[in-house]
Amino acid sequence: MQKRKDYSNGLLDLLALREEIMKKYPPKIAKKRVKAILINDPAIEQEILANVRTIPGIITQRGCTYAGCKGVVLGPTRDIINLVHGPIGCSFYAWLTRRNQTRPAEGEDNYITYCFSTDMQDENIVFGGEAKLKEAIREAYEIFKPKAIGVFSTCPVGLIGDDVHSVSRDMKAELGINIFGFSCEGYRGVSQSAGHHIANNGVFKNVVGLNDRERTGKFQVNMLGEYNIGGDAFELEALFEEAGITLLSSFSGNSTIKSMEYSHTADLNMVMCHRSINYIAEMMEEKYGIPWIKVNFVGAESTAKSLRKVADYFGDADLKAKVEEIIEREMVKVEEVRKSIKPRVEGKLAMMFVGGSRAHHYQDLFSELGIRTVSAGYEFAHRDDYEGRKVLPTIKIDADSRNIEELVVTKDEKLFRNDLVEKKAELQRLGYEFKEYAGMMPDMNKNSLVIDDINHWETEKLIEFYKPDVFCAGIKEKYVVQKAGIPLKQLHSYDYGGPYAAFGGAINFYIEMERMLATKIWKMIDAPWKHESELVGSMTIEA
Amino acid sequence: MLLRHTTNEVKERKALTVNPAKTCQPVGAMYAALGVHGCLPHSHGSQGCCSYHRSALTRHYKEPVMAATSSFTEGSSVFGGQANLMQAIETIFTVYEPEIIAVHSTCLSETIGDDLNQIVIKAREEGKVPLGKFIVQAATPSYVGSHVTGFANMLEAFVKYFAEKTDEKRRQINLLSGWVEPADMRELKRLMKVMKIKSVLIPDTSDVLDTPMTGKFEMYPKGGTTIPEMVSMGDSMQSLGLGEWATQKAAISLNNKCKVPFEITDIPIGIKATDRFIQALAKAGRVSIPEQISEERGRLIDVITDMHQYLYGKRVAVFGDPDNIIPLIEFLVDMDMKPVYIVSGTPGKYFESRMAEILSDRVPETKYKNGPQADMFLMHQWIKENPVDLLIGNTYGKYIARDENIPFVRMGFPIVDRIGHSYFSTLGYMGGLRIVEKILSAIMDKQDATCLEEKFELVM
Repeated sequence: MQKRKDYSNGLLDLLALREEIMKKYPPKIAKKRVKAILINDPAIEQEILANVRTIPGIITQRGCTYAGCKGVVLGPTRDIINLVHGPIGCSFYAWLTRRNQTRPAEGEDNYITYCFSTDMQDENIVFGGEAKLKEAIREAYEIFKPKAIGVFSTCPVGLIGDDVHSVSRDMKAELGINIFGFSCEGYRGVSQSAGHHIANNGVFKNVVGLNDRERTGKFQVNMLGEYNIGGDAFELEALFEEAGITLLSSFSGNSTIKSMEYSHTADLNMVMCHRSINYIAEMMEEKYGIPWIKVNFVGAESTAKSLRKVADYFGDADLKAKVEEIIEREMVKVEEVRKSIKPRVEGKLAMMFVGGSRAHHYQDLFSELGIRTVSAGYEFAHRDDYEGRKVLPTIKIDADSRNIEELVVTKDEKLFRNDLVEKKAELQRLGYEFKEYAGMMPDMNKNSLVIDDINHWETEKLIEFYKPDVFCAGIKEKYVVQKAGIPLKQLHSYDYGGPYAAFGGAINFYIEMERMLATKIWKMIDAPWKHESELVGSMTIEA
Repeated sequence: MLLRHTTNEVKERKALTVNPAKTCQPVGAMYAALGVHGCLPHSHGSQGCCSYHRSALTRHYKEPVMAATSSFTEGSSVFGGQANLMQAIETIFTVYEPEIIAVHSTCLSETIGDDLNQIVIKAREEGKVPLGKFIVQAATPSYVGSHVTGFANMLEAFVKYFAEKTDEKRRQINLLSGWVEPADMRELKRLMKVMKIKSVLIPDTSDVLDTPMTGKFEMYPKGGTTIPEMVSMGDSMQSLGLGEWATQKAAISLNNKCKVPFEITDIPIGIKATDRFIQALAKAGRVSIPEQISEERGRLIDVITDMHQYLYGKRVAVFGDPDNIIPLIEFLVDMDMKPVYIVSGTPGKYFESRMAEILSDRVPETKYKNGPQADMFLMHQWIKENPVDLLIGNTYGKYIARDENIPFVRMGFPIVDRIGHSYFSTLGYMGGLRIVEKILSAIMDKQDATCLEEKFELVM
């Protein structure tokens, strides 16, 4: 088999690699996996198998529906008590582990540092847990006096028939605060992705639109699908503020439920992580007429592009000038660092397997440093995240996606923004793209390897084949890859570093890559005597 | 403030747990299974369980933690998970080639009533288990007990499945290690060597979760209790279980199956628990205690007498698992410290009697609670009522420590923000020395950082 060293000579035969990976699998598995591993060719239409069940027994990166709902989407919001209805583990594992930073003002509610659970016991499983859930909500209210409580279902809840929605309604009536439930049992979908959708539905139904407050800014926007890991949202907030753009709410980094309640008064929704949040963007457009655009603030060039796109939307000359001024100033700083680091890392190979958007977005950062992404894939994405939204009408609804509720959204006659609909039509005529995401594959080189839901075996083979210089994935993969002598950058938790968003974040990432790729520690793995001929001792104790 | 909603006003709770001092069974089963050589843990449930447990263990050890899952979907939850487990077994033996698959259940598979025994029997009958390969299974419903219970159940499953009684007695003892770190297991093995006792240690995560960097990933590292070792346990002279919660079940099971007598003693943390452990070992192995052990003990006592003034009367809050904190509390009391607040989420009546035994005379003012609602929130409220000088527990304690400005020593599971626990043992007299060192450093670092300039000491 050809190895990575041949790569610079042009195309290499990835078919052989794929075949070798398949050889290990029982035929049924091979038949399925081969459709999830594509040798990319942007020039032709290619279909990838995504958002389907993981094969039992396969060591996957994926998590569960609960993780997507509670952990990802609702977890970063600070002024709500997220009460997990279930045995203790589910709440315990989602307790502070996603690094969603938040910055509450003095005296403002912040429950992110807390972990709430009904800690279901066997008698709750046998006789039902609704009474305990009600009592737990009462106790949470008694002690903490929160403004809102979200109730999250774990696996046993749905199975024993506990109705978290009716309990939530009852308790909402009893306590007079906003209480709502999520049927996000771990088994609901094939990955976290189902949980994102369920969370979107719940927030849209129960929170968005509760407060029709007056305008506070000239250009009002929401940031969707940005979770403030490592402080990314702080970078973006500072950027918008300086530009004079009013960020009403974020879904859901550094966010509050309070702000989501008036998020429908925005003029534009920016979608960062398409996979986890496009549902709310779509529903807000249908109900309130707010257009959405795909943005990417990972990478300095992408940040500039996204900022310009927002400024172009509003079309205001002062705003445009301000945005240009910021870009110009920040790019000077970015370029200075980039120029010093790029020569040392250029030509290295990277691969990344995370999430529903990061495996795409981070390629921009790497290419700014001249690092080539030879293989990438998502953990829980759908075909549209790979091939673009153009394939949406052709995605088949299977049994696993059918059980997630599709909300029927109707136009809000009073609040519907006809002015925005007209603005959108006008801009579209000029070639401005709305609700468009072209996916990861068109942006990747020909003959790069695209892999959905990569598993342990495939990871090992990829490392053996490419010997990449840096591998990006999550905590479960981190030390597996590093034991093989390849540095791994976590793109979920950022290895407790960051921020990596916007201009300042790009600089941080360049410096981080220099650290990871320039260190000599990996070259010290073998002891100096390892390659010397062995000495025969004459002074050993036994001698 | 990080925990800005916590006040000293304690309200009785019956249903709500806040900031738990425990987690659920399967993660314990996974940890125990990693201490068996060539074994791949398998989580029979939703993907998230396996993902969460692997993540938790990986963050704690900063090492690869491999495990597979049955990847339940809604269909399997309705129709049962048999088909998923059958397929998983085939997939695992083909793709990952372990010697043993250690299957544990989850709240999901337990709630729908999947019978692991029956499924595994069926898998064997259908030839899905290659010759010379094994499947061990344990029921670990997440809604019973805690992570410690899961560890105990998996451990029991291993000895029950593998241990065999032959006509030949072996001059060895079985050491059931309890939930301790790889470094602790290494230390136990060193102590056995010093005592000149042949033993089988199970589980044994040393050389599994503390492996060296070699540039090559090993799916099944060299450590872990081996199959022949487990088989031989049925012929051992005695079993010694370290910790009631984690090892009693396995010890009883082994006794039932192979008539190996057993004794349960505390995990050797601190002076007295180590004394009891060493004496039990000497008795079980019929050996005299070597001078080296007495010297190690002497060193520990020496250091405590040297530094007693910094320990005496210090109020301590402790949270963790019963097997680990019972001997720890005893150790603190022996050093004249005052463990005033103690919580453990793990249920079990024995906890109370042990606490009363250790504390009622020496620290009568102590408050302790275990089981439901015995959580870190309650302990923090107690601390708010009347502060402490030291906090001991897992990493989650750092939020309390920072808010209340309390010196903090990390012990327990999980420790995700510091290293050391997997490399430096806290067991035996030498481990006791490490605990003393950590406690002193924490207390003295605070004194150095906060005392008045004129009170700043060079020699301490």
